[in-house]
Amino acid sequence: MQDIQKSFAGVVALADASLTVAPGEVHALIGQNGAGKSTMIKVLTGAYRRDGGSVTFAGGPVEFTSPLAAQQGGIATIYQEVNLIALRTVAENIFLGREPKRWGLIQWPVMNAEANRLLRELGIGLDVTRPLGEFSTAIQQMVALARAVSINARLVIMDEPTSSLNEREVDTLFGVIRGLKERSVSVIFVSHRLDELYAVCDRITVMRDGRTVYAGNMADISRLQLVEQMLGREIKNEGAQTGFVKSGAGKAGEPLLKAEGIRLGQRLTGASVAVRQGEVVGLAGLLGSGRSELARVIFGADMPDAGEVTLDGQPAHFRTPAEAINAGLGFCSEDRKAEGIIPELSVRENLTLALLPRLARAGVVDTVRQSEIVNRFVAQLGIKTSDPDQPIRELSGGNQQKVLLARWLATDPRLLILDEPTRGIDVGAKAEIQRLIGELARGGLGVLMISSELEELIEGCHEVTVLRDGHSVARLSGDGITEPELLHAMAQGLEPQDIPAQVSP
Amino acid sequence: MLNTNLTGDPRRARLLSLLGQYGVLAAFILLIIFGSLRYEGFLSAYNFSTFLRYNAMFGLISLGMCFVIITGGIDLSVGSVVALSSVVAALLSPYGVVVAVLGAVAAGALVGVINGLIITRLNIQPFIVTLATLLGARGVALLLARNQGGVGLDPGNTALTWLGQGDLLRLPVPGVILLIAFVVGGVALRYSPFGRHALAIGGGEDASKLMGLNVGRVLLGVYVLSGALAGLAGMILAAQLGAGQPTEGLGWELSAIAAVVVGGTLLTGGTGSVWSTLVGALLLGLIFNILNFENGKGIISLSPYWQSVIRGGFLLLVVVIQSRTGRRGRA
Amino acid sequence: MSGTASSARQARSGGGWQTLLADLKQVRASILILLALLIFNALFTPYFLSVQTLNVNLTQVATIIIVAMGMTLVIATGGVDLSVGSLMAISGVLAPLIFLNPVFAGAQWLGIALAFVVPVLVAGAFGVLNGLFVTRLKLQPIVATLVLYIAGRGIAQVITNGQLQSFSTPGFSYIGLGRPFGIPFQVILMLVIVALTYWAVRRTVFGRSVLAVGGNETAAGLSGIPVARVKVAVYAISGLLAGIAGLIVIAINSSSDANQVGQGMELDAIAAVAVGGTLLAGGRAQVLGTLFGALIIQLIRFTLLAKGVPDAAALVVKAAIIIIAVALQQRRRRE
Repeated sequence: MQDIQKSFAGVVALADASLTVAPGEVHALIGQNGAGKSTMIKVLTGAYRRDGGSVTFAGGPVEFTSPLAAQQGGIATIYQEVNLIALRTVAENIFLGREPKRWGLIQWPVMNAEANRLLRELGIGLDVTRPLGEFSTAIQQMVALARAVSINARLVIMDEPTSSLNEREVDTLFGVIRGLKERSVSVIFVSHRLDELYAVCDRITVMRDGRTVYAGNMADISRLQLVEQMLGREIKNEGAQTGFVKSGAGKAGEPLLKAEGIRLGQRLTGASVAVRQGEVVGLAGLLGSGRSELARVIFGADMPDAGEVTLDGQPAHFRTPAEAINAGLGFCSEDRKAEGIIPELSVRENLTLALLPRLARAGVVDTVRQSEIVNRFVAQLGIKTSDPDQPIRELSGGNQQKVLLARWLATDPRLLILDEPTRGIDVGAKAEIQRLIGELARGGLGVLMISSELEELIEGCHEVTVLRDGHSVARLSGDGITEPELLHAMAQGLEPQDIPAQVSP
Repeated sequence: MLNTNLTGDPRRARLLSLLGQYGVLAAFILLIIFGSLRYEGFLSAYNFSTFLRYNAMFGLISLGMCFVIITGGIDLSVGSVVALSSVVAALLSPYGVVVAVLGAVAAGALVGVINGLIITRLNIQPFIVTLATLLGARGVALLLARNQGGVGLDPGNTALTWLGQGDLLRLPVPGVILLIAFVVGGVALRYSPFGRHALAIGGGEDASKLMGLNVGRVLLGVYVLSGALAGLAGMILAAQLGAGQPTEGLGWELSAIAAVVVGGTLLTGGTGSVWSTLVGALLLGLIFNILNFENGKGIISLSPYWQSVIRGGFLLLVVVIQSRTGRRGRA
Repeated sequence: MSGTASSARQARSGGGWQTLLADLKQVRASILILLALLIFNALFTPYFLSVQTLNVNLTQVATIIIVAMGMTLVIATGGVDLSVGSLMAISGVLAPLIFLNPVFAGAQWLGIALAFVVPVLVAGAFGVLNGLFVTRLKLQPIVATLVLYIAGRGIAQVITNGQLQSFSTPGFSYIGLGRPFGIPFQVILMLVIVALTYWAVRRTVFGRSVLAVGGNETAAGLSGIPVARVKVAVYAISGLLAGIAGLIVIAINSSSDANQVGQGMELDAIAAVAVGGTLLAGGRAQVLGTLFGALIIQLIRFTLLAKGVPDAAALVVKAAIIIIAVALQQRRRRE
């Protein structure tokens, strides 16, 4: 793939991105969220049409118009959410659409035997007559691989295949991937787990901001260099990249909110964080480190298996978000579309959604006050909308995010949890939102901010807690929040004894 | 090699799936045993015959509904299609039994084609589309019947009457038709690409498209099948009552849905069993039959109206059990 | 298209009347169809422009509109209520049992008063049951309400043993036959219910919550909206309104027949909602659209009857209207 360009409604998603994969090679594709990996893959598999550049596959230029066409052309994609049919048997999933038939009827014994043979070749033995959904995600992915092999795929794209697998399953998957290599099937492997990339990949392409920023042999780049490439360290040295205005050290005093030893299944294994009044605390960590999960537990959206949450020193185990909201919490989810906006409703309604109970007298919305509040926040946050009654789905991502922020600010919260508040929005809006977060904290609000952007963490936070594999591995504060420290903690984690004890501000 | 059992206690899972699969059958058999011990004449040829004659029609539309629901759709039009086809069969009865039967089935299939095309081409939800054709088919039935309460069969067409009232090898003919339909349906669901693809589409329409299935054609197929089977049921209705019945079949679609649901097929699509559907349909009929006998005994006098209350309660019981076992199975 | 939409928006930021105007603009397709039907009839149907004709049409459609208001709310949350017809039957058989009961022989007014209140509350309680099936047992709305669709009519039939209850109780029948100022009482009731529903959707926390739950359940929950309570409430309201409609039907007929009251009402109500532009996927509630949708369906039937086209053919036209209306709305949304 050469010089691929793609923009969505004027926003550039890919600018001169390139990717070269040799036959029989396992190629790592890595980059932060929004770096353009998925767009790249979707262009390759025909889900999106590219605006410019060229794609060459197996010696000739190709132009796939749909994922199905790409598949028939020899490119199979295995998504994180396995795109097979859980209710059907393993054998059916492998042969769907190409079942062995005689007199128009499916020959089950032949199909099952064939499926068995295929899976055995990949080193997996299982009952192919059981529904696929009975098996773990790992097995499902391998079945998807088997299907890809059986339709003679030349290139298999695996999008974060290991994110929900345990170690043993990962090993098995890697065995299968090596098996593919021997058949000179190429693999594009997308993952955020660095160990895995080193374990299985031959070459690597790093993407950032829609560009290819590094391409080379896996063995030639160190972990730290890799993370630096991914996060774009050198840019930061040019000066302040964010809208934050550092407000000196955090305020002293007892924590407003404290979460300790939170456990939730396999996703949280002892995570702790504390936020004081007037303080922005960053929650850092790679994808899958448990950041959002911790936020959801604090906000009462999920019930933890174990752990303590206190607000003002009092136990605060919220059972529903409504309880958390009443106690003065707000939570901007990471997934704006699925968990934030209500697309059909207007800016006005979206902005006042969490405030509704308080905006009402005897259940009737006080529209005069509602308009006052809406107008105030639209002006204060500079929300660009033709009219507060415009449906929110028509707004840009940055403006939607501002509306969601306003939704919580309108409730006059004491603690705001922001999950990736600046993701997927344009640079201008990003700086504005960052400035706003700083101002709010100076005004006495406690902020817990999940972010994948180092600049945001370094310039905006008084303190940063780093999570890895579901537990807290480091707690940095003040001038101790530096890039090397953060990268180090995120990539490898510190040994437990390295975690600074209670940091005195 | 990987341990393939990663989903908890296999014995318990197996047990729950057995309960899901055979629970309804067990209830059916227990009710028959109960009935035969308690009531005289319950196992008589007469009761057997009338039971099958009447419930064959519900069985047929339930079979079609089963295929539709397997794809994640729904067909509300079948009740009206029964009425329409019964009128068509009656109107065509002077032209011979073949014409009458084929005409009735074709009329039903035509409604199915309309349903399928609107659903797949205009992308409108099956619920709305078949709600509209429910009204439309009823209207056409009434129009064809010239707003008469019924359209008499040609008395000369004894072959057609036989299809509703006659016996074959001492079995009621509608029962035989039902059995054949279910055998064919069972084979189709298990062994034909059509059946498997219907299951796959219900399990994941987007994934099915990605795997290269012709989703539109399969969906069209299930609605045509449902319409045709309702047409067959309509022909039997006309043959049994000796007249086309433009006002019959009210609410039959919901009985059929209930039968499919009781049979363990999820309304979300993707799974389903033809045989459980048959048992589900017969079970709902059996409840009515037993109530009749109970009243005949005269010890307690339950009005026949209790049947809907009991049916509703039974439906609730079944879906609650299903949702419990299903949830555990997933965890 | 976009021009009119933005002007509609500007209007909406103003006061209540402008809001109403903007909402009317949203359903202008149905209004245009309705107007076209009215003009056509005024020109070609003799005696169409008479109070008599107006009253006939409105009384026929009033119960459908009342039930469709509840259905609009249920559908706005992404659900559906198939049980409304059966709940009408339950309410319809309970009322005569109360006001004809010898207990109230001495105080008929009390019996009549209770006959207005109790059946409606019972239907509402069954609605709550529907809501609990959906929220607690996590049943799909179609299946959850199918239970009471089947059992509900059975309950009504069991109560009366399927017998027809005839009565002549003017005090009670007022709900269906009364004519204050020459306007049928049920029409006034219908208008009040429509206005209340419209107002509730537009102005109350509950109405906003309904739309939020239907539009994005996860986001609504994370914003502190009690999703389950909202859902139970819409099914309860649907039940209450079905109860009222049941009373009107038996009052008109001066008799209560468990087999007939509310038969097929669920389909009429859903059709009115669909034609009125409320998406079956939830997240929107076009209360006025539902009103016009029901009126369109009624007027088409009336027009065809007036032209001597049999009722049966009207059914076919009704089917076509539903498909065309929904297809048009979907295309407009995709643009």
